[in-house]
Amino acid sequence: MTDIAIRFEGAGKTYPDGTTAVEALDLEIPRGSLTVFVGPSGCGKTTSLRMINRMVEPTSGTVTVEGRDVTSVPAHELRRSMGYVMQQSGLLPHRTVVDNIATVPRLNGVPRRQARERARELLATVGLDASLAGRYPAQLSGGQQQRVGVARALAADPPVLLMDEPFSAVDPVVRQDLQRELLDLQQRLHRTIVFVTHDIDEAVLLGNRVAVFAEGGRLAQYATPEELLRAPADDFVADFVGRDRGFRSLTFVPAHDLPLHPVAVVRPDGAEGVVGPGSVPAGGWVLQVDDDGAPRGWLRPGAGGAPLVGGTLHRPGGSLRSALDAALSSPSGLAVAVDDAGRAVGVLRATEIVAAVERERQAQPSGTAAP
Amino acid sequence: MSLLASALAWLADPDSWSGSGGIPTRLLEHLAYSGLTLLLALAVAVPLGLWVGHTGRGSGVVVALAGALRALPTLGLLTLFTLLLGLGLMPPVVALVLLAVPPILSGAYAGIANVSPALKDAGTALGMTGGQVLARVELPTALPVILGGIRSAALQVVATVTVVAYINLGGLGRYLIDGLAVRDYSRMLGSVVLVALLALAVDAVLALVQRLATSPGLRLAP
Amino acid sequence: MTWTAANWPHVLELTGAHLVQSVLPVLLGALVAIPLARLAVRSRVLRPVLVTGSSLLYTIPSLTLFVVLPLLLGTQITSVANVVVALTLYVVAILLRSSVDAFEAVDRGVLQASTAMGYRPLRRFLTVELSLAVPVLVAGLRVASVSNISMVSVGAVIGVQSLGTLFTDGLRRSIVEEIVVGIALTVVLALLLDLLLQGLGHVLTPWQRAGSRSVTTRLLALGRGAAA
Repeated sequence: MTDIAIRFEGAGKTYPDGTTAVEALDLEIPRGSLTVFVGPSGCGKTTSLRMINRMVEPTSGTVTVEGRDVTSVPAHELRRSMGYVMQQSGLLPHRTVVDNIATVPRLNGVPRRQARERARELLATVGLDASLAGRYPAQLSGGQQQRVGVARALAADPPVLLMDEPFSAVDPVVRQDLQRELLDLQQRLHRTIVFVTHDIDEAVLLGNRVAVFAEGGRLAQYATPEELLRAPADDFVADFVGRDRGFRSLTFVPAHDLPLHPVAVVRPDGAEGVVGPGSVPAGGWVLQVDDDGAPRGWLRPGAGGAPLVGGTLHRPGGSLRSALDAALSSPSGLAVAVDDAGRAVGVLRATEIVAAVERERQAQPSGTAAP
Repeated sequence: MSLLASALAWLADPDSWSGSGGIPTRLLEHLAYSGLTLLLALAVAVPLGLWVGHTGRGSGVVVALAGALRALPTLGLLTLFTLLLGLGLMPPVVALVLLAVPPILSGAYAGIANVSPALKDAGTALGMTGGQVLARVELPTALPVILGGIRSAALQVVATVTVVAYINLGGLGRYLIDGLAVRDYSRMLGSVVLVALLALAVDAVLALVQRLATSPGLRLAP
Repeated sequence: MTWTAANWPHVLELTGAHLVQSVLPVLLGALVAIPLARLAVRSRVLRPVLVTGSSLLYTIPSLTLFVVLPLLLGTQITSVANVVVALTLYVVAILLRSSVDAFEAVDRGVLQASTAMGYRPLRRFLTVELSLAVPVLVAGLRVASVSNISMVSVGAVIGVQSLGTLFTDGLRRSIVEEIVVGIALTVVLALLLDLLLQGLGHVLTPWQRAGSRSVTTRLLALGRGAAA
């Protein structure tokens, strides 16, 4: 047994009218990984996904799942062995939430009681309240519908999960929750997930590996998100990945070797002090903290006026991107570092963060030269 | 309005309610003709509509057929079949079946064909076979439209069965034709009230069936 | 064809009578139903009243209406006016519902944009809303006109002259040819009127000539017919 779960070998799709949706695709998807297919509309990413469960039959080449040609089993059996989540939840409007989740087990002949029991368990797995079990899809919000869609895909415990733009129809705030929950879920379940999106940020956030498709169904690059941002294979990928990619690529660079500096603090009761190693000269910026020591805002040198709202915070294990953002968004130009409990432990200096970025650049032979 | 009063008097008269030509007998005849017609029409139109809606094959033919059948005058078919096949139950029933088929066929076809492609796609992607997609996705979601077509057909049939009295059959139309022959307007008006009430009752029953058979989830959906 | 050859002037006369009884109710019904439907769309009270009322009206058999109306209108039971009024009511019943749907299907954004550009209500209704509702309106009209033509012949049972007279007369005198001619002419009339309405819809909606919507419109017409 290799550690490859899904393998495309010269798999292509050309329609009778001559349009090519997917050029001969060669791709290996490791078992237990979350692989994202990303690209502009009409690039063949969804077609490629649908070749895995034969919703689209390739016109050339083969697709194998766990070493078995997908055409060697009846299509409906193949599909029941894979979870499928689609953009417009695709929930059956005439069935309750619990019966929607139980769909595939019921198709497989699992008794109704047992299937419903399992479905109720899954509600919790996807972060839904048990009280929603008896509702109908029309009574759910978009985010809840997508969660039910994920639960339905997991119901038969499939090793492979196919997700076709599952979060693109929900609003940005809910989308962030769903993305985070998917990552949590994957940490626990270790499925082989293939995820289609047109959103490069989503791809970089979620994917262990990202396949970038170009118009006409050409695979432009298949790499880790880090590599994709740092070293796009061609102009198309560089353009698609976008103008902030230099900044975003810092997400993958740890910031553990940055020196921590002390900072003067003042508590709500007026007590003054210092956090961080060493002492600070008087007359600098003062960090306001609450009773627990969590940062609240900044007081200008000279102690004039109301406190200024602080910037983002740099948490333990944070990346260079989070450190740089914390420095740039802070009125003092100092990035506030906090511990796991959210207490201020010191500050990082913007100049030192930029120097770390420079060192990182020199350590990478391919560099991050702008296009 | 004295005529209405005399019509009500005819309805209230115990003589109208007894004997072989009494209202209960005519009512049952009327329902029997209607029921037989509907059953035959359902047996033809529902499977055809489901098949065409599901496969998408022959949809042009179905649209044209439903339109053409609608254009056929029921009275013409009734008299033609009676002349060709003789008096009896089947000639008018065949004519009425042709009347009932278009709404049922259109309802079944349009109901299935209008099920969202994304929903059918979801069914297939979950591993349903073609038959399972029809039985578990298309049929339940299209049921309100399909039943709507059946309801509309039932209404037309109950109303039109009145005409079979014209070719010497029973049913509530008997009073209309016989009353017309002797200019007995109170009997005619009385029977007319009966047919309208019967139509309303049948429609109400089918509306209830439609409501009970429709999943609450579909009623909630926009 | 001997019967036809001998009787064609009579057949022609009956065809004319049938045509009048078919076309007038559709015209009158449209004149009543379309404005009513437009009013109903805007009103929470009027809409359920009219939609339910019209479907109740539809439950009354045509033969029944032909008999009852003279009593209400004081007309002769065999008069054409009688049939025209009865069938107009049916056309209204069928059209009202599909016309409500037609107006509801008009994109609200377009209407708001028209108001924003300075259209006053009546002009907006006539030049924007009505035009955009035409495809579904015409679909409803076609269903109404076809079923109407078939219903006209029922009047013959109570003695109103139309192509239906060929059915009652043919049955009484056992002339199959007479009935077949009647059926054929009824179908031809239905097809001609349908083509006319289809053409009208085509002329009134030049923006739809790409033809991509025609299938949708036909489906809608079917759905409406089934739900009427």
